[in-house]
Amino acid sequence: MSEQIVSIRNVSRRYPGGVTAVDDVSLDIAQNEFFALLGPSGCGKTTLLRMISGLDTPTEGQIMIGGQDMALTPPNLRPTNMVFQSYAVFPHMTVEQNVGYGLKVTGVEASEIKRRTAEALEMVKLSHLAARKPDQMSGGQRQRVALARALVKRPKVLLLDEPLSALDAKLRDGMRLELTRLQETVGITFIIVTHDQDEALSMASRIAVMDKGAIQQIATPSELYEQPRTRFVADFIGKVNLIDAAVLGQKGGKVSCLAQGLGNMEVGCEKSTGDKATIAIRPEKLKISVSEPKGAGLVKTKGTIRDVAYYGDTSHIVADIGEGLDLSINVQNNSRTGGSGVERGQKVWVHFDPADALLLTE
Amino acid sequence: MVATLKPGQGPLDYASRLWLKILFGVIYVMLYIPIITLIAFSFNTDKRGVVWRGFTLDNYVKAWNNDALIEAMTNSLMIAFIATIFATVIGAMVALMLWRFKFPFKGSYEAFMGLPIVIPEICMGVALLLFFNFSGMMTAVIAMPWPLNLANIIIAHIAFCFPFVTVVVRSRLVGFNRQLEEASKDLGATEWQTFWNVIVPFMMPGLIAGALLAFTLSLDDFVITFFTSGPETVTFPVKVYSLVRRGVSPEINAASTVLIAITVVATIIAMKLQAPEKSGH
Repeated sequence: MSEQIVSIRNVSRRYPGGVTAVDDVSLDIAQNEFFALLGPSGCGKTTLLRMISGLDTPTEGQIMIGGQDMALTPPNLRPTNMVFQSYAVFPHMTVEQNVGYGLKVTGVEASEIKRRTAEALEMVKLSHLAARKPDQMSGGQRQRVALARALVKRPKVLLLDEPLSALDAKLRDGMRLELTRLQETVGITFIIVTHDQDEALSMASRIAVMDKGAIQQIATPSELYEQPRTRFVADFIGKVNLIDAAVLGQKGGKVSCLAQGLGNMEVGCEKSTGDKATIAIRPEKLKISVSEPKGAGLVKTKGTIRDVAYYGDTSHIVADIGEGLDLSINVQNNSRTGGSGVERGQKVWVHFDPADALLLTE
Repeated sequence: MVATLKPGQGPLDYASRLWLKILFGVIYVMLYIPIITLIAFSFNTDKRGVVWRGFTLDNYVKAWNNDALIEAMTNSLMIAFIATIFATVIGAMVALMLWRFKFPFKGSYEAFMGLPIVIPEICMGVALLLFFNFSGMMTAVIAMPWPLNLANIIIAHIAFCFPFVTVVVRSRLVGFNRQLEEASKDLGATEWQTFWNVIVPFMMPGLIAGALLAFTLSLDDFVITFFTSGPETVTFPVKVYSLVRRGVSPEINAASTVLIAITVVATIIAMKLQAPEKSGH
């Protein structure tokens, strides 16, 4: 991994009255990374971002940017720039003035401002609207202005606070691609705050999942999806079936356990502590068949289809496997005519390869 | 009462209903007939100004040549001009403080600050008279050269005008998006640059509206001015009052018409200045 651009050491933000927004967070973000802070609303991700920008101050801990302690640096002197959730585009200035603002207030020469502003507008494809006022623009265009205004300062770190949440679905998909492309072109570290797991998974190179002010896991998107460390992460990222299990024994890299409704199975796990655990398995890794599946080592159980929801490319099926346990199963609709091939009330076999399941001990 | 809708008429298209049109008409007539009468009679040839006898501009010429009236008008404009500047600056600063900061007894401060709006003008007039007398300012100031001899009146006008500015500016600031301020600082601006580049432009419509309010309040104030003016410092409303006691002359109509014209022009200018800002949020 290359040089650390942002390092956060044991940072907490406590408010008078006993509310802790951020609780002892430590993390390192490397140069050129597209880093996402992901979590449900109120998990402290925005507070953390604001502390990096200097708009909020930690009550404990240290934030370093580019190797320098930022404790005494006000936001206007930090090498970070932010794209605000409300865009915060200055309403009384034209697009050009908005983008040039950050250069003007720091005393950059007029000709230089003109050149760099034009360059930044070019980058976000807004050159033709330079003379417009923000109220004559759409939300997507205003967002580009906010982006250009921040990028024109050539910050070491660009902070984005829920940048896509106010856009409609179509625009959001386009902007997602554009942000990734932009990040690759400008080579600036991006830190994005989002509550949308799809957004984080599709854009970020690394993701920190936060809950209740603390970091749950920091990993790449695929690691986070396939190797969640806690129940919270497994549940928050994508859909998952969580099944309570009792740990029976451990040998080698495997743990044998008794899962509710599924019987005995052996699941790979580095180490297990305690005698209780959770088995996590993603809906797309479960399979359904009408006749009993054959194959060594498969975990299988009988069940009844309770619900079939058709989504075009996939069908989401809920199967009751007894003991009050429902499993979610996603099936690819691979042929035009068959659909999911099952219907409500049908008795089926649900099975999976235990290698696709994960044992969570936390 | 259930009104039946005609085709093409929405339930909220009140303006298209006859009884409402009549009501609007009556209200406007009541509001503007006296003013129109005043303006019309300023062009009247009749000396007593009671019956319409014919069109003339003599009254304006007479008013222009009436040195006492012109002096009173100059005083009024000078007072209004200076008082407006001070009231706008102080009022805006108070509004900013109330919007921005939390401090002990803020609620009581806010209530006290607004007192000049609610207390009877006569009380304020007497209070200011007493204050100027006891402090010795009454005699000291009156002896000064123009326009310093208006200082008492100006101070009094600032005192009752600035709360109006505060109220207007404060209500404007409520709609301010704090992220604009944060964005400005994030982009490298200092506190001071942020204030002038982001907050002041946002306040501008409120500042203009507040200043205009202060100007018109000051220009036509009678009660407080009456108590705080000396024999040499007569303002237009006070002068008109003393003249009217000897009967309404067409000259006064003419001068009043000029005053109305000044106010209307000021309002139009203010609204023009405000117009581009209006679209800005």
